[in-house]
Amino acid sequence: MIKKHSLKLAMLLSLAMVSMIALSSCRSGVNGEIYIYCYGDYYDQEIIEEFEDETGIGVVQDSYDTAEELYTLLSNSNTSYDCICTSDYMIGKMIEEGMLSEIDFENVPAIKNIDPLIMEKSNEFDPGNKYSVPYQIGVAGIAYNKKMVGNTVIDSWDDLWNPKFKDQIVMPDSVRDAMMIGLMKNGYSLNTTNEAEIAKAAADLTEQKPLVYKYANDAARDLLADGSAAVGVIWNGEYQYTTDLNDDVEFIVPKEGTEFFIDSWAIPKNVANKEGAEAWLNFLCKKKVALTNFDYLYYTTPNLAAKNALDEDILNDESIFPTDETLKRCYSLKTLDSDTMAIYSKYWKKVKAK
Amino acid sequence: MKKALSSIYIIIIMLFLYLPIFALMVLSFNEAKSMAVFTGFSLNWYVELFNSRLIMYAVVNTFTIAIISATVATIIGTAAVVGLDAMRPKTQNVILAANNIPMLNADIVTGISLMLFFLILRVPQGYMTILFAHITFSIPYVVLSVRPRMNRKTDRLFEAAMDLGASRKYAFRKVVLPELRPGILSGFLLAFTMSVDDFIITYFTKGAGINTISTIIYSQVKIGIRPSLFALSTIIFVVAFVALLIVNIKSKKQEVELVL
Amino acid sequence: MIIANKKWASPFIIWIIIGTIIPILSIVYYGMTSKDGGVTFANLGAIFSHDNLQALELSLLLALVSTIICLLIAFPMAMILKDSKYGKQGFLIFVFILPMWMNFLLRTMAWQVLLERNGVINSILTAVGLPRQAIMNTPGAIILGMVYDFLPFMILPIYNVVSKIDKHLLEAAYDLGANKITVFTKVIIPLSVPGIVSGITMVFIPALTTFVISNMLGGGKINLIGNIIEQEFTVNSNWYLGSGLSLVMMVFIIISMLLLNKFDKTGGASLV
Repeated sequence: MIKKHSLKLAMLLSLAMVSMIALSSCRSGVNGEIYIYCYGDYYDQEIIEEFEDETGIGVVQDSYDTAEELYTLLSNSNTSYDCICTSDYMIGKMIEEGMLSEIDFENVPAIKNIDPLIMEKSNEFDPGNKYSVPYQIGVAGIAYNKKMVGNTVIDSWDDLWNPKFKDQIVMPDSVRDAMMIGLMKNGYSLNTTNEAEIAKAAADLTEQKPLVYKYANDAARDLLADGSAAVGVIWNGEYQYTTDLNDDVEFIVPKEGTEFFIDSWAIPKNVANKEGAEAWLNFLCKKKVALTNFDYLYYTTPNLAAKNALDEDILNDESIFPTDETLKRCYSLKTLDSDTMAIYSKYWKKVKAK
Repeated sequence: MKKALSSIYIIIIMLFLYLPIFALMVLSFNEAKSMAVFTGFSLNWYVELFNSRLIMYAVVNTFTIAIISATVATIIGTAAVVGLDAMRPKTQNVILAANNIPMLNADIVTGISLMLFFLILRVPQGYMTILFAHITFSIPYVVLSVRPRMNRKTDRLFEAAMDLGASRKYAFRKVVLPELRPGILSGFLLAFTMSVDDFIITYFTKGAGINTISTIIYSQVKIGIRPSLFALSTIIFVVAFVALLIVNIKSKKQEVELVL
Repeated sequence: MIIANKKWASPFIIWIIIGTIIPILSIVYYGMTSKDGGVTFANLGAIFSHDNLQALELSLLLALVSTIICLLIAFPMAMILKDSKYGKQGFLIFVFILPMWMNFLLRTMAWQVLLERNGVINSILTAVGLPRQAIMNTPGAIILGMVYDFLPFMILPIYNVVSKIDKHLLEAAYDLGANKITVFTKVIIPLSVPGIVSGITMVFIPALTTFVISNMLGGGKINLIGNIIEQEFTVNSNWYLGSGLSLVMMVFIIISMLLLNKFDKTGGASLV
């Protein structure tokens, strides 16, 4: 009889562990579920519970690293999400390719909270504002640790090529964001379709590679906060997180200009629970939800109702709300046709392979 | 002298294998988020871990997938060994060569091949596709663990039981299965281990909103390592330690070949 | 006497066909198809493009170095365990299987925490007044990660073979006047070949094709062939090219199968 015991014991132990955890964590909504897909750590977890309590709809969360990953997954595979969050140029691409479904704004009355100026801007990639709901906006910039940088003035993309910072630079690990830096540095448009310009940008990035400590997207902020990197490219919202952990870190928008983004939520074509997804969109536009997210993310919020409720000193914080003067030299990434994208990918691959 | 050298060598390798894990364990009790300085004892990261639904779901998925896939693989693999015994050696060799493919194949190739297969068939990727993939790569381990037990001795014992008047069923249950049991047990454990340890194949076969411990860590590391992951490592380590200890003590009594 | 019917193996055979053979054929299909649907060898030939070849060379180099290091660590370990009383008491399971239950990703993450510029190792070094090490995001870090992750796969097959060497054989060799070195080179090593070959395959193939270790410990600066294949599938959405490159990887897998067949007569049993 002893013989059976060990097998049983091993199974029992694992089962006990599993069921224990299952009991403590399982929660499925009474009104169905929605599957959401978003950049990593891009909302306060609190709002998930709030949403579930309010609507009775369960939320299954998943995250990704770069917009290209999202595109590949949605365009090629059989996976289906109900609501996704991604960047302007990717929303545009997905609209063009018929991958999104139109939102019924009757079900999203809270859209009125969104700044009309931002709705107008989002017209550029979503003509008629039919497919997307603006979520966060922001700019890319350079964060640097003033103790490590010393008396070098950091005000330009060129500073990321300063050999003084060898092995102390963090660069984005995403084709458009990284190429943007190479292009802006040379004074080209970040939406260029000219192969020679793309090649020059890639050559510069390759030249810079020995100086780079790491190519990272969301993880860049941690490297700057713990002093592993002296200079890095981050989004303005991440600056607050970084400076909370390490107040030696400063943030600037380079003088050549930078990338301005609108990240929006949208509903994919093969949505399973459209009502649930629209309830989610409406929920996100609510003032209190936008405020909760603002306190968590510190990105420029497109939610006017929430913005009006903020303190004066926060509104004056240039890292959170870039001045109009700064915004003048900010450009958004445009959707590029797939041939041009292939050129970008080709050159970015060369940079990474070197 | 030689003994001392051996001991030193063992200690060095042990340190190499376990110091990284112990470093994580220590940091999981750290008050601060720092990966370097220990500022004080706290259980905050454990609280964060248990409050993280994403990670908890992933833990549940990992272990249910491991248990189910190991069980199914053990049944199919054991039946296969018994069935193979009735085949001509040449046929056996061909089948065993095919059996080795998933073991020798690079995980990335196995993962991609399954992903393309699901895609062509338009199977929506999710829990079931991960399970299917895990059973696929677990079966070979079971077959290779059980097969050595299916030897002449097992055949002879079976014959003897039949000669003594046992029915086929009875002889199989009372003679053959006990002979195979050590192999079955180690096959099950191997399948379970491989399933828990796998990342690459899961990464390519998973679908919307489903994660295992491996895939959740992969995405979390991209966002930035949080000490709640250290807490997770600590818990897994302790549970694995206790489980293996129990299995090991029990199996010693019955001389199970538990060595990989 | 035949214990059971051949049919018992049919679920297994069906599973191999559906789970292994057909999926591999789908890679072949995609790998030989161009974007517009025609048959092409361009995806296979892409391995010879400058970038891919460079990545393949680096992968081969790193995999080779880590396999050799694993072998150099594992063989003495297996010999020690063979002679020690712990080996037979399941000490091995504890030492080498336990980290596997810890999950491959957690183990790799542990090294990231240790090696990061302001990680554990550098903090300790600074605390005792030693200079900091810049190992993170270099090929060295990747080799370290590979050795750490795959070492058990080298030790276990070698130990399996070494521990089964008949003691009388060694005694006979000594009786015939062989010295320790001769016994080692002429008896022990030849008899351990099946285990060594299994170990090499079990370490070399995953090391050659990994993208996780290079991602986590290479800082995105080091592109291995595994990274390129993964990127084709997850970022560039060029599945044809990704499949083509995977097919090329299968060449190395076939080589290892042939090697295994040549040296290991147990039908793969030394792999487990």
